[in-house]
Parts: sequence; structure tokens; C-alpha cells
Amino acid sequence: MSQATLAALESAPADVACSHCGLPVPAGLVRADTATQFCCDGCHTVYSVIHGAGLERYYRERAEGRRAAPGDKSYAELDDPAFLSTYCRAAGPGLLEVELFLEHLHCPACVWLVEKLGRVVPGVVSARVDLGRSTVRVLWPPGELRLSALARGLASLGYPPHPRQSADTAELRRREDRALLARMAVAGAVFANAMLLAIALYAGAFQGMDADYQLFFRWSSLLVVSPAVAWSAGEFYRGAWAALRTRTPHMDLPVSLGIVAGFVWGAVNVGRGRGEVYFDSVAAVIFLLLVGRWVQQKRQHAAQNAADLLYSLAPSSARVIEDEGTREVPIEAVPEGARLEVRAGESFPADGTLVEGASTVDASLLTGESRPEEVCAGSRVHAGTLNLSGRVVMLAQSTGQATRIGRLLAAIGEAASRRARIALAADRAAGRFVVGALALAALTLLAWWRIDAERAVENAIALLVVTCPCALGLATPLAVSAAIGKAARRGILVKGGEALERLAAPALVVFDKTGTLTEGRLELEGWDGDADLSSLVAAIESRSAHPIARAFVRALPASDLPVEELVQTPGGGVEARVGRVRVAIGSLGFVRARAEVPAPLEARALAAAASGETPVLVATDGSSRALARFVDPVRADARESLAKLVQLGHRVAILSGDHPGVVESVATRLGVALAFAEGGTTPEGKLARIEDLVARGPVVMVGDGVNDAAALARAHVGIAVHGGAEASLAAADVFTTRPGVQPVLELFEGGRRTLGVIRRNMLLSLGYNLVCATLAVAGAIAPWIAAILMPVSSLTVVTSSYRSKTFPEPS
Amino acid sequence: MSALFVVLPLALLLVSGAVFAFLWAARRGQFDDLDTPAVRVLHDDDD
Repeated sequence: MSQATLAALESAPADVACSHCGLPVPAGLVRADTATQFCCDGCHTVYSVIHGAGLERYYRERAEGRRAAPGDKSYAELDDPAFLSTYCRAAGPGLLEVELFLEHLHCPACVWLVEKLGRVVPGVVSARVDLGRSTVRVLWPPGELRLSALARGLASLGYPPHPRQSADTAELRRREDRALLARMAVAGAVFANAMLLAIALYAGAFQGMDADYQLFFRWSSLLVVSPAVAWSAGEFYRGAWAALRTRTPHMDLPVSLGIVAGFVWGAVNVGRGRGEVYFDSVAAVIFLLLVGRWVQQKRQHAAQNAADLLYSLAPSSARVIEDEGTREVPIEAVPEGARLEVRAGESFPADGTLVEGASTVDASLLTGESRPEEVCAGSRVHAGTLNLSGRVVMLAQSTGQATRIGRLLAAIGEAASRRARIALAADRAAGRFVVGALALAALTLLAWWRIDAERAVENAIALLVVTCPCALGLATPLAVSAAIGKAARRGILVKGGEALERLAAPALVVFDKTGTLTEGRLELEGWDGDADLSSLVAAIESRSAHPIARAFVRALPASDLPVEELVQTPGGGVEARVGRVRVAIGSLGFVRARAEVPAPLEARALAAAASGETPVLVATDGSSRALARFVDPVRADARESLAKLVQLGHRVAILSGDHPGVVESVATRLGVALAFAEGGTTPEGKLARIEDLVARGPVVMVGDGVNDAAALARAHVGIAVHGGAEASLAAADVFTTRPGVQPVLELFEGGRRTLGVIRRNMLLSLGYNLVCATLAVAGAIAPWIAAILMPVSSLTVVTSSYRSKTFPEPS
Repeated sequence: MSALFVVLPLALLLVSGAVFAFLWAARRGQFDDLDTPAVRVLHDDDD
């Protein structure tokens, strides 16, 4: 590098920032003729590509999405021996394995980066990412490397880690998955080979076959099928046994009976050397039903994993202030009455009172209120809410389960388990089929007994095998999982199968306002007064990260007037000097303390506040000259989508934690009756209200915050919309990755179509069963007819499920 | 045709071999995560 360039670099002014990366531009590279400046060719190229592709919005999104740095969190709580023994397990000599949940894990590049952890933290043996579960499994030698250092390494890469569930639960779930997969694989191999042998036997039956060959094939079939009957079908026997003990008819009962009866009678016939065998049908039943069960279990475990994230996200440590400085301790060890330091950008770790400092708090997680709340010494703060703007010291009064968010999370768990009992009732209804099939088998046995005892047994067994509700058992899980797959391609993630079925019936659809019907951020709605002030305001507000300042910057043309003596007052506003003009921008109270406010302007500000808007006054040199009004705008597609929902037979209501005035104005703009719009509801109140409504009829809740999570879990169906907190995601049955109400509408339509497919599948399989049962009762069924009808009926159901357009792509 | 008496058990032996191979793989966790390996294979081993 030449002397001249070096000198130019050293004299670089700090206030010319690169248009792409934001770092200072060396003076030698600052160009006078353009508005955009670049610190290097690389940034210039990237900027040109982004602009060339029409993606300028990236820069805005980046500014809004930027989070406060995680600070210098030490993760010291991870080194606690108690933590190590619950969350880690031994994996070889001198090695431990831990599974951590990572935030912001999205794409192949993330996988690549995280798996290179060993380069950032020397000593790490291996890091394996599971993208589907957002987790990483790390193998490390505890003797040489502390877990906290490992966690800091992950955080420095931009993936803050959180301890996942205890190692035992994760291992248990993984073992369940593997066990079912193994059973299914064995059943599949058995099914295919039993079928091959059966074809030879059927061919022999039609064309003639030597007796010793026939005997050989029959013995071979018996041998092939036994592992599936003895081991793979164990799932069904266990379910059947439980059904018998609790005296509740269950699908597993006729399945087990069919399998066992078909196998035992077949074995007897092989031994006797005469009579029919149904081994191929038995194998088909086992395999096809296990496939259905496997699909179901995978979905269930995915849902449970998502629920675990909820508990991982709560802050796990706090900084306690002691005489000799601050110390980071695990959240469980924070004593009542401890003084805790909370920096800007961190979540409060406990419920308590502020004793030092002032800041703004984003409590939307808890209350749903979209406006930041001002706090100062003496204010109450709650665990889980976000400290936005300043360092504060709080006095801890309750921690963990005793906090407001802790009680809320407990309510979610309880609400979710209560709903699971309703799902059981649906299972019981399927049991009626069971009773019918058993009664029919008994009847067949009795009726044929007087004619021919041996044929009576043959026919009763044939009936049990052919009416084995194979297609019926597949009908619902396949239709639902096919629909879920199609929905996922449209950006709608459905966790529970019952949710889709429930969405088909007319329901009361309760929307949370913040971020669901509205954009969830403030936008400049109107400007009353001097338009010339806008460049002054834009120049000052571009220096602040306050939500209102950002809204100003988005709405006003950019200005580069020099700003001096800038002072921000949390909870009030901002003052500064631009040239020789002193400017104050802020709330009514803030501006009134610094400038004269004319009565008409004050009246307009108060009226705006009453109608749910946020008024901001602008004063120059001691006199107020303009009023800016901010609102959280309604989403573009909301009104039309709500109207379509009503057309589908649903009723629409709004239940929000926001100011009643705001809720009223949104309801009016959307055409929702005011009687169905309720504002100012606490999370606990929301849950109580939903519980009340649930008792009266089907309720679908659409929301996005943790404050909605308990209500989402309690409603018959909970839908979390894009941009919401991860916690609501865990509690909800459905999550949409596209913003707006349009995907919610698609979901309702898709649910209706899915129910149609389920009904069609049920009819098809019942039809097949009816034909088979009639033939069996009449004694006219042969094993080869059963062998054809069984897979064909299942195949029809599979085709009907996967071919139907439940969530069509837009044409 | 009497070859069947030898060939059929042999075929079944092959099948059981395949089944055991699958069970071994399942126990070792080869099927635990079906998404990540698909993206991992795209990364170059440049180190």
C-alpha cells in the first residue's frame, strides 16, 4: 500500500458510512458525485447486484431486523455439574455429548457454518446439525474444554444456543422412532415375500400343483410371516390389550384379532395339510397399518419437539450485582431480593421492580400491546419482556415458575393436555366399527355351525381377516398427511391432524389484533401542520432506533442536515439543534414542557389518542408547529379475507391486548361488528374468554404472541401467523410462514376439502369391507379374492388422498 | 423344478440379510434425520 493511500485511510472521516456494510469509508474512496459510498469493490458489487435485482428492500429489512447484540453472556450456568448431568451424556472415553437448540438456524449455509465449530472453538470433536429440529449435537472433551466456551463460540457465529430438553427425553423419542421404523421394515420385507409365495400358491390352485411343492410353499409362507406376526404386530397387541383392560373398543382390537386368528388358523391348516391360508393378507394388514402409524408418530414427535423450544427460549441466567461486582448465575439460583443487571436488548430474567435507570420495554410477548412501554425506577417489570433502550437494575421478586410468564406457560401445558382428551373421544367413535365386525363374525360362526362346523370356523376367520380395517385405518392419517404436505408447500405448517378436520366445521374465528390483522408496527398515518419541517424531523429521527423514529424515517424523504446536541428522553421524545433551529419531537407532555402548544393542536392530539392513534408533536424554537399521527396499519388483504371467511359460514371476532380505542378503529376498518371486538384483554383474560367460548361452540384462535399462546392451545384450533413469537408457534396447531390473513383463509378452505377427502376414503374402504364381509358371510370368499381386495382398497385410499387438490397452487 | 427346494431358502436367506442390514442401519441412527444430510452433501470438502 502506498504512503498516499495510507494517509488517506488514516484521515478517513468517521461519518461517511458504506452504503452496503455500514463501515466507515476511507477518505480516499469517498466520491463527491454520488449519494452512495462504498468501502471496497466487494461492497459495491453486492450493492449493484441487490439493486439490479430490485431487492433494495433488503436494506430496510436489515435495519429493522437488527437485534441487540447478545452482549457478553458468559453461559457460565452451563458449567454447573447439575446441568452437565441432566443435559449431557457420555459418548466415548473422556467425551461428552450435548444437544443444544440454536436460534436462527435456517439453511444449508447455516449447517455448513455450525458444523465447522471446531475451527472457532479448538477442542470440539464434532458438531452435527439437525436442520429439521433446529438442534446441534456436539461432542467435546470436558477435561480440556468448558461447555460455556463452546456455547460462546456458537453465539459468536450468530446462533445463540439454548439447553434443550434433558438428554433422556430426546433419547427416548429417538428410540421410539427407530423401533417403529424397524418394525415397519421387517413387516415390509415379510409382506413382499409372502406375496411372492402366495402368487405361486394361487397359480398352483388354478393350474394344478404337486402336493409336495404346495406343502413346501405353505410351510415357507408360515415361516416367512411369523416374524411379522410375532414381532412387528406387537404394537397392535399392546393397544388391543389396553383396550380390553379399559373396556374401550379400539381399532387395535379387530386388527389384532384378525392377525392372530388368520395366522393361527393358517398354521393349523398348514399342519393338517388342507384348508385355506391367509398369510399374505395378514402380512399386508400388518405392513400397511404400520405405515399409517409411522406417518402419525413422525408428525406427533415433530409437534412435541416444537413445544420443547418454548421452554428453551426463556433466559437461563441472570447477572446478579454483588459488592465486588456482577456475577452470572443460573436462573434457578437467583435469590429473592437479588439486584439484577439487565442491559439493553436483553430479556428480563425475573418479575420484580426497577430500582435504577430508565428504559422502554417491549412487553408484546406478554400483553400483546404493540407500543413500547416506558419504565423508570419503581415500575414493575416481568420476566420474558424485552428491555429495549437502556441498562437498568431490578430487584427480583419472583423467578421461574412463579413469574407471570411461568404461570402462563404452565397454563399452556395444561390447556394442551386437556385438548388431548377430546381427541381420545374421536378414537372411541371408531370403536363402533369394531363392535359391528365382531358381532358379524360371531353371527357367521353361529349360522354356519349348524351346517358345517369346519366351514363355520373357516368363514368366521375369513371374515375377521378381510374386514380388518386396513383401508379404514389408513383413510384418515393418509388424507391428513397428504393435505399437510401440500399445505407446507403453500407456506402453511400444520402440526396436528385433527386441526384440519376441525377447521371444516363452521366456527367462531377469534383474531388477535396485533400483527395478525395489522402489520404489527407503527406507520405515519397523517401529518397536520408545516410540511417544511419534514427534513428537520427526518434528519433528527435518522439518529434514533426508537420505533416511532424508524416510522418517521420510512415515511419522510431522507435528509442529511447536520444534527447537533441530540438528547433522547426515554418515555418522552427527542430534542436536538439543526443549524440554528432547536427542535423538540415527542409526546404531548414532553413537548408541552419545552414549547407552547396551541389549544386546537392539543385538542387534535387528544382526539387522535382517543381514536387509537399515537400522536407526536413537533416544536421548533419554543412553538409547536405540527402533529404527526401514527397507527399500526391494517394488512392489505385482511378485509377481503375476513369477508370470505364469513361467506364460508364462520363468525369473526377480535380479542386483543391493545388499547380498546385501537381495537375499535381496526374493527371498523375491517367491517367487524363492534360487539365482536374486545380490547385491553390480559393474557389471563384472553385464556378465560376463550375457555368461556370453547364451552359454547367450536372456536378457532388466530394469534401471534406468547400472550396468545395459552389461548391458542386452549381453543379447538390455534393458528399462529407469520412473524409471531416462537412460543405461540409451539402452542398452535398451525403456523403460517406467509404474512397476512390470506393463508388463514386458504387453511380454512383446505381443511374443508380435506374433510371431504376423509369422508370419501371412509366410504371407499367401508364399501370394500362391505363387499368382503358379504362374501365371507356367504362363505363365498377365497384367499385370493381377499389378497387382491386388500391391497387394492388400500391403494385406492392412497391415490384418493394424494391426488386430491386440498391446497391448490394458485393458477 | 426340484431346484426350488434349494433356491427358495437361499432367497429367504438373502432377504434376511437385507433386513438385518436395514435394522443395523436404523439402530445406528442412519434414519434419524432425513433432511440435513441432503444439504450437507452440497458442501465441498475443501479442508
